[in-house]
Amino acid sequence: MSEPLLDVRHLSRRFDVSPPWLNRKLERTGKVYVNAVKDVSFSVKRGETFALVGESGSGKTTIARLIVGLLEPTEGEIVFDGQSLSRGLQGREARRLRRRFQMIFQDPLASLNPRWRVTDIIAEPLRAFERGMNDRARRLRVGELLTLVGLSPEDGVKFPHQFSGGQRQRIAIARALAAKPEFIVCDEPTSALDVSVQAQILNLMKDLQDEFGLTYVFISHNLQVVRHMANEIGVLYLGRLAEVGESEALFEHPRHPYTRMLLDAVPDIDMTGRRRKKVEGEIPSPLRPPPGCPFNPRCPFANDRCRIEVPGLTPVGLQAAACHAVEEGRI
Amino acid sequence: MTEPLLSVRNLAVEFPTRHGILTAVQDISFDIMPGEVLGMVGESGAGKSMTGAAIIGLIEPPGRIARGEIWLRDQRIDNLPPEKMRKIRGRHIGMIFQDPLTSLNPLYRISDQLIETIRTHLPVSRDEARKRAVKLLDDVGIPDASRRIDDYPHQFSGGMRQRVVIALALCAGPELVIADEPTTALDVSVQAQIIEVMKELCAEHGAAIMLVTHDMGVIAEAADRVAVMYAGRLAEIGPVRDVIKDARHPYSQGLMGAIPRLGESLERLVHIPGSMPRLNAVPPGCPFNPRCPKVFDKCRTHRPATSEIEPGRRAACWLYPGVTEA
Amino acid sequence: MTMENAPAAKPIAPPRPKGRLRQALDSDIFYSYRRSPVTIVASIVAVSLILMAILAPWIAPHDPFNPASLNLMDGFTPPMSQSAFGDNWFLMGADNQGRDVFSTIMYGSRVSLFVGAMATLFAITLGVTLGLTAGYNGGTVDAIIMRIADIQLSFPGILIALLIFGIARGVIPANQQESMAIWVLIVAIGLSNWAQFARTVRGATMVERQKDYVSAARIIGVHPVLILIRHILPNVLGPVLVIGTIGLALAIIEEATLSFLGVGVPPTQPSLGTLIRIGQQYLFSGEWWILFFPAVTLVLLALSVNLLGDWLRDALNPKLR
Ligand SMILES: Nc1ncnc2c1ncn2[C@@H]1O[C@H](COP(=O)(O)OP(=O)(O)OP(=O)(O)O)[C@@H](O)[C@H]1O
Ligand SMILES: Nc1ncnc2c1ncn2[C@@H]1O[C@H](COP(=O)(O)OP(=O)(O)OP(=O)(O)O)[C@@H](O)[C@H]1O
Ligand code: SF4
Ligand code: SF4
Ligand SMILES: [Mg+2]
Ligand SMILES: [Mg+2]
Repeated sequence: MSEPLLDVRHLSRRFDVSPPWLNRKLERTGKVYVNAVKDVSFSVKRGETFALVGESGSGKTTIARLIVGLLEPTEGEIVFDGQSLSRGLQGREARRLRRRFQMIFQDPLASLNPRWRVTDIIAEPLRAFERGMNDRARRLRVGELLTLVGLSPEDGVKFPHQFSGGQRQRIAIARALAAKPEFIVCDEPTSALDVSVQAQILNLMKDLQDEFGLTYVFISHNLQVVRHMANEIGVLYLGRLAEVGESEALFEHPRHPYTRMLLDAVPDIDMTGRRRKKVEGEIPSPLRPPPGCPFNPRCPFANDRCRIEVPGLTPVGLQAAACHAVEEGRI
Repeated sequence: MTEPLLSVRNLAVEFPTRHGILTAVQDISFDIMPGEVLGMVGESGAGKSMTGAAIIGLIEPPGRIARGEIWLRDQRIDNLPPEKMRKIRGRHIGMIFQDPLTSLNPLYRISDQLIETIRTHLPVSRDEARKRAVKLLDDVGIPDASRRIDDYPHQFSGGMRQRVVIALALCAGPELVIADEPTTALDVSVQAQIIEVMKELCAEHGAAIMLVTHDMGVIAEAADRVAVMYAGRLAEIGPVRDVIKDARHPYSQGLMGAIPRLGESLERLVHIPGSMPRLNAVPPGCPFNPRCPKVFDKCRTHRPATSEIEPGRRAACWLYPGVTEA
Repeated sequence: MTMENAPAAKPIAPPRPKGRLRQALDSDIFYSYRRSPVTIVASIVAVSLILMAILAPWIAPHDPFNPASLNLMDGFTPPMSQSAFGDNWFLMGADNQGRDVFSTIMYGSRVSLFVGAMATLFAITLGVTLGLTAGYNGGTVDAIIMRIADIQLSFPGILIALLIFGIARGVIPANQQESMAIWVLIVAIGLSNWAQFARTVRGATMVERQKDYVSAARIIGVHPVLILIRHILPNVLGPVLVIGTIGLALAIIEEATLSFLGVGVPPTQPSLGTLIRIGQQYLFSGEWWILFFPAVTLVLLALSVNLLGDWLRDALNPKLR
């Protein structure tokens, strides 16, 4: 077993979504917070893929942005290769650490500056981290990267809008790889793409992982994709981890009622005759999460304890689940 | 043999652009039987929405139907004047779009929008229309419908709004519902509910559905037949089980292989290299030929028409005997 | 690996981009230009007027500011006629002092355009800088800048310009007032126009700031100032260009108004506004041309620039294309 490259400890982040001061005073309301991420812990092993799944608003993007430092955590700590990232990095130390991780975004068009040529986009990390590199060397490296992701060096003169969605995501991947990082956070990299294009991108990402020994945090709402990519999986619900575990085990024996529900909701493409179970209810508003277990209004196993007490992650089998029923052995 | 409810014959939709004419939909023919669910899949830009828009007469200018005919039972509807078409929309053909917010007016109560639509198409009193509306909302699974009907759209969650849109599409009892990506904007756990509701209700009302989507899973579950579109053309059309289990057109074969399944893990997916051509630069011969693993000489020069390859199945590929030239 | 292009044995660098002119001629903007006759006419008018102004010292038939070449006897010569006493011919007539109206207009547009352009440039620089700062930082900085802009926008521009002018009068020593007047005018007009630039840029910046290309730059530690200049600025310049063009027309009119009121440029350097002020004294005594031609020039200049701005707005708006 390899040691973890990334360790996320009791990470929480809340957002202030209060109305403006004047409105608060007039309406006599207090501040309003969203707990987008609450007490999330997991670790990612070197060279593996850790996936986060969850529905819209479950806090996936927030965790991604916390990891790469685009957001500051409210509580908790992120440790990257033994170094805590939370102590506001400065100067050369920061640059050394920063070049080791990268991020790929959901909307490939929005993640590329529309006014920049592809060459300049991909070269940006090189300018930041390879200060000594001259223009020619940089352009050669860009050509190499474009070839690596399945585009041609001639594409470098074009602008992002001249490409299809899948090709744009390839450009974003080339940029992420430019400074030779070890660790890439991928926030729904294929959600905006067609299935056939998604297959290309997923295969590319796997090839690159094998070739360069990359470590991924892979975010998705699509269980089939996650099953395909991940060694380990964390299931998020309303900002909390419902279940974490090794991928195989989690798909074979889902413990948490929410994980089971998600698995049941996967459509039956192979037409085995399995019917999707109708799931009751919808995700409650994160502004007013229910007391106790966040899943209790939709959970068929909920009891009184679930409506009062927030369950913590407890190990069961090869994974860990945050559920009273699992802990009590009721399911 | 029953008569088809909708017949599309050699439909072509064109957009004049400054770089010449762009053919968004080219020579498409298919039928929808009463009560049938026809799925329509294909990559983004393949022309799925455009086909749907042509049927309901909502192609935005400068786009236009350049060739072909669309028949609703024995009435030709592709050349109707706008006012007549407006009567057909809603009364005979209902619509459900991806984003429920575009179909609901945020300024009006749900009740007003439903009652208004019912009364434009059916000769009923306000009270009766309201009763009908409450019943519909109840049917689409909105709890406490009689009270919530007076809410505004923003007071509903995304999934509930989509239910309201379904109710709106069905309120005048149409025979055909065109649903363009009805679940794409929704969460996985809610998607299943919406598909279920849509299918059950249409079956109850005897309405046929044309279900446009990216998601093969949704098609597998809901559709009776499926049409696969590529570069504005029909690559393949046939019963859903046959196409999924035993696709004939190399593009559909690639598409099916590209879908990650729950049963397998950490293996490579089948993928089709390259990308769909821009519609103003479709290669000569078979439009799929630059990407096709089974391409041979004829494919590069002759364009296959979507032709019957066995009873009930049509494909546009020279691999099958009986395929004619377009 | 099954990538479409087998990795090339020797790495190839991407080619350098092709020339800007060819790109420009191929662009959608140029296409929409060619299809709009009004815009073509407006641009021809604007370009001719601007060229006339720039080239005035070389192409003007007379030098109206050289006392040696002036003949008071030429005063009030009507348009298209020979002076009664000299052999000078006047296309647009002569004014009270015998200056050729056509030439004074050329020189006058020069001053008007210079003041208008400099003032707009000043307003853009100030407005864009403040707008970027407010939009990117948000919070208190944003609140302060935008409140100042709100106050500014709730007064007519001309009033603010007059106020600044008055303050300058009091501050600048009398012997320098003449030479500084034009710069004071530029600052006054610029300061009365920056707010709309700031407001537009702030809005656009807040939208751009959220986009992931900015996140991507932040992740690799690009300095915020560089992010603003290299990433965000090019993406918010479109609307700036539009209101900048319309702003130029406004600035020219504002300058004319101030000069007409007598607080603008000194009479030794008459602008179109000054010419109009001089001309209106003679309107009722029958020497209409002294007012008429400068006024028409001002209207043509402002209108053509404004039309160009309108077209630019439509051309840059993808929804209307
Ligand atoms: N900057 C912010 N300000 C206020 N609230 C925020 C902010 N960012 C996220 N949130 C809230 O935090 C919660 C989690 O959001 P997040 O974007 O992490 O979800 P997600 O799992 O990525 O969802 P999706 O699948 O829609 O991308 C949401 O309720 C969202 O409204
Ligand atoms: N206004 C327009 N002008 C020119 N071409 C257009 C216009 N609208 C659509 N098209 C073209 O028509 C083609 C078909 O578009 P359509 O919306 O039907 O695709 P789709 O299959 O529904 O894709 P998606 O899955 O992205 O919704 C597209 O390739 C697009 O380029
Ligand atoms: S804690 Fe209770 S409500 Fe929550 S998932 Fe477990 S059984 Fe259901
Ligand atoms: S016609 Fe030829 S190129 Fe086209 S799909 Fe069939 S085999 Fe492939
Ligand atoms: Mg997200
Ligand atoms: Mg579509």
